[in-house]
Amino acid sequence: MEGLLDLLGLAKSAELLSLSPPGWGMNLLRGLGKSLQIAFGAFGFGLVIGLFGAYGKLYGGPVIRDLLAIYTTVVRAVPELVLILILYFVGTDLINQAAEALGYGRVEISGVAAGIWVLGVVQGAYSTEVLRGAILAVPQGQIEAARAFGMPPVMLMRRVTIPAMLSFALPGLANLWLIATKDTALLAVVGFSELTLETRQAASSTRAYFTFFLAAGALYLMVTLMSSALFQLLERRSRRGQPSLKGAGR
Amino acid sequence: MKLKTSLLAGLAALALGAGAAAADQVKIGIAAEPYPPFASPDSAGNWVGWEVEVIDAVCKAAALDCVLTPVAWDGIIPSLTGKQIDAIMASMSITEERMQTIDFSNPYYNTPAVIVADKSLDIEATPASLAGKIIGVQASTIHQAYANAYFGDAEIRVYQTQDEANQDLYAGRIDATQADSIAMADFVATDAGQCCEIKGAVANDEAILGKGVGAGVRKGDDALREALNKGIAAILADGTHEAITARYFTAPIYSE
Amino acid sequence: MMRMIRPMLMPHRLVLIALAVALAVWCALTLRWDWLPKYLPLAMQGLWRTVWLLVASTVLGFLLAVPLGFAQAVGPWYLSTPARVFCTLIRGTPLLLQIWLLYYGLGSVFPQIDGIRDSVLWPYLRQAWPYALLALTLSFAGYEGEVMRGAFSGVNRGQLEAARAFGMPRFTLFRRIWLPQAINNVLPTLGGETILQLKATPLVATITVVEIFAVSSRVRQDTFVIYEPLLLLALVYMVIAGLIALAFRWLENRVPTRRPGN
Repeated sequence: MEGLLDLLGLAKSAELLSLSPPGWGMNLLRGLGKSLQIAFGAFGFGLVIGLFGAYGKLYGGPVIRDLLAIYTTVVRAVPELVLILILYFVGTDLINQAAEALGYGRVEISGVAAGIWVLGVVQGAYSTEVLRGAILAVPQGQIEAARAFGMPPVMLMRRVTIPAMLSFALPGLANLWLIATKDTALLAVVGFSELTLETRQAASSTRAYFTFFLAAGALYLMVTLMSSALFQLLERRSRRGQPSLKGAGR
Repeated sequence: MKLKTSLLAGLAALALGAGAAAADQVKIGIAAEPYPPFASPDSAGNWVGWEVEVIDAVCKAAALDCVLTPVAWDGIIPSLTGKQIDAIMASMSITEERMQTIDFSNPYYNTPAVIVADKSLDIEATPASLAGKIIGVQASTIHQAYANAYFGDAEIRVYQTQDEANQDLYAGRIDATQADSIAMADFVATDAGQCCEIKGAVANDEAILGKGVGAGVRKGDDALREALNKGIAAILADGTHEAITARYFTAPIYSE
Repeated sequence: MMRMIRPMLMPHRLVLIALAVALAVWCALTLRWDWLPKYLPLAMQGLWRTVWLLVASTVLGFLLAVPLGFAQAVGPWYLSTPARVFCTLIRGTPLLLQIWLLYYGLGSVFPQIDGIRDSVLWPYLRQAWPYALLALTLSFAGYEGEVMRGAFSGVNRGQLEAARAFGMPRFTLFRRIWLPQAINNVLPTLGGETILQLKATPLVATITVVEIFAVSSRVRQDTFVIYEPLLLLALVYMVIAGLIALAFRWLENRVPTRRPGN
């Protein structure tokens, strides 16, 4: 009897999760796509901020360094949810005011772009720290050698610093990417239709809370596990030709 | 070069997302959380419900090019004033409090607020009867404001969506919920709603409960307000409102 | 004290401080704060609940993290595998989803359980805070369990062998040598983890727990004042985070350590 119930329960879940319309599977996948899009964009945007931030912290003047210190401290002390609300309201407001002042009229800000902006600013603070540490870990001699050859700063960054620091930065960046994917869930609170909000809509429409939350959890877990594996591969590739770091302390 | 590609992708996404809008499109903000039977997403991802059809009809009658834009209910007024949307049509009641921040069109429906509770509980929709009970309400609603004003002797729990309050009523975590009578009639007709029944309407207080549901627009956006008023008047006059209502409800939900 | 003040006296810092003060004054004078007196009592209650949730979930989570880390570091496979799976599940999914799963998922099965409303647990099951505490505790345990695994593996083998050679019983060995050393190892990271936990607490506002974040939302909903409560809220979190950092620095200084190299 119990086995039959179990089977029936599962059959109902499978029906709810099926990909064609009576089931909500497609909605979850659509949400997952949005989540990944936002996470990817925010990660990239964060890296841009992080690269400038790291260079500013290392080579900038005292004022830039202090301002960057304030930025990273604030972002690391204030909950993401609060930052998201502030950036969401302030960001769109500012952009619209700026656009109107310049005489462009209103600028459309899509949900995805707003999500990328909001999470990117948060990611940027963490990226700054990760990249700063990685740049510091690059043997000074390599950079000095490039300078001695008269390499211009941008080329030095592109040809020497970034490739050399990549292997040091990858573990930290992998962690940041995982945080980015999970932080997209917070956007549900501001009403972006990413995976968590789609899940909540499906769950409250069908009252099958367990089924949908577990399914969404499985999707997030899949993304986490797959990206971890991918980053491990990347790390191994970027470490080619370097002595193994295994056992070299924590 | 992985780094470079992801950087480019991030920038491209930003640039694409922030493109200029089609100038004459009107973005109608609806609550991103399901609010059946007025507006909720179906499994194909489309928004359906009474209010969605009314929005469609009003826009058609007023010759407006409308797009539905789901926004978190909790942030829907800031989204309007921040110009992410142009109008709110999300079952928002016209209240004095809200009129200080935004303008409203004429109402397009009005329904009383009711108390719903477990069938086994002997509860009336009065402050005295609800004292000591746990009442669930949705955040940023007239019901939250009303409960705070009148049910001070009860424990008030605030939910992000009415659906979640209903869910907790079904689970027994709250004793009662105050909400719109139509939405609640819909809930008590569902499987989960079998637990509960409508105990009655709360005493009216127009200052808090408002004068019906209207479309919210930014202060001073009179052109849009007039256009929406015209659309609402048109669908009320030509029977479209009545026809849509008949498809969802047994009784009319608009009165002068 | 001078050590802290002197760096602040550099010319550009003086300008920055002056700017910050000017900004604070501008905020105080031009933004709307008239709602503050009315909501202050509620805000204090909310603050208390945030701190209470933070402390309780960190302590309970840490107690749970010790066996989780120990099992992963040295346990037999039938203990280490479940521990590893648990940590992966917690770390691989968003906390918001875990909170909703616990609260609404469990809530949806209550009506199918006969007699649950008459049980002694029912008054607690009806409240939201037990779910919030449980979710936050499990989350902290998941993240900290992973850290503790490293900490247990990092304990000097020689010390363990010496203790064994003295015939120390296994539990005493754990209590006197292994655990203190492992905690010593994680102490520098514990402050950061606690701040991360603080940053996770506002999520429980979504299941009706009235902590400080929920109070700020309430102000926004009641008065339509958007930025001011959020800015004040950010300030409150920064102060709490600062206090946590200071407390852990004090704790770390009290623990005598011999760092390699000095």
